[in-house]
Amino acid sequence: MILNVIGWFLVYFGAVFLFLGALGIVRFPDVYNRLQAGTKCTTLGAFSAIIGVGILHPAWLAKTFIIALFILLTNPISSHALGRASYRSGVKLWEKSVVDKCKEFAECVEERNE
Amino acid sequence: MSWYIAIGIITVGVILTLIRALKGPTPADRMVAVDSMTTITTALLVLLGLYFKRYIYLDIALVYAVLAFVATLAVARYMEGGL
Repeated sequence: MILNVIGWFLVYFGAVFLFLGALGIVRFPDVYNRLQAGTKCTTLGAFSAIIGVGILHPAWLAKTFIIALFILLTNPISSHALGRASYRSGVKLWEKSVVDKCKEFAECVEERNE
Repeated sequence: MSWYIAIGIITVGVILTLIRALKGPTPADRMVAVDSMTTITTALLVLLGLYFKRYIYLDIALVYAVLAFVATLAVARYMEGGL
């Protein structure tokens, strides 16, 4: 009974987080903002929903744990690769963005080399 | 009844990311939307597996997650100009 309640809570928590991440992808103004909303929300949401399914049906707990661990490991890697690729392919920041650490770092390296 | 609500919320999420993937101004926008859509679809496949009581859906979700990860890395490498 208590496992049932915990499992349903995790499934609904994950579903709401997945929906909010998708909403952020539609509503945010910039590639980098969209990347942040999309990848962070979907990592937590998918992890929570899949572990919730494993708790609801305990015979499947091992495989659902493997899937959740795989998503937890690979989603930050792919989001980092996408962010770096979009910065290097010349996508501009939003005009109201205030800080660009990547540009500051490149200028700092140039000054040190001169 | 509660199955339909949970699966419906996640399906609305898939449709929202599909909208962004169709109308995103730059290729990076489309690829970010597709990357999030694959993660959401993996969770949806696991939920559908418990709904239909089919164990094979977990294998499908695992293979889908692996292939989506490789595809995202390949496209990111291509956008960067190194492929």
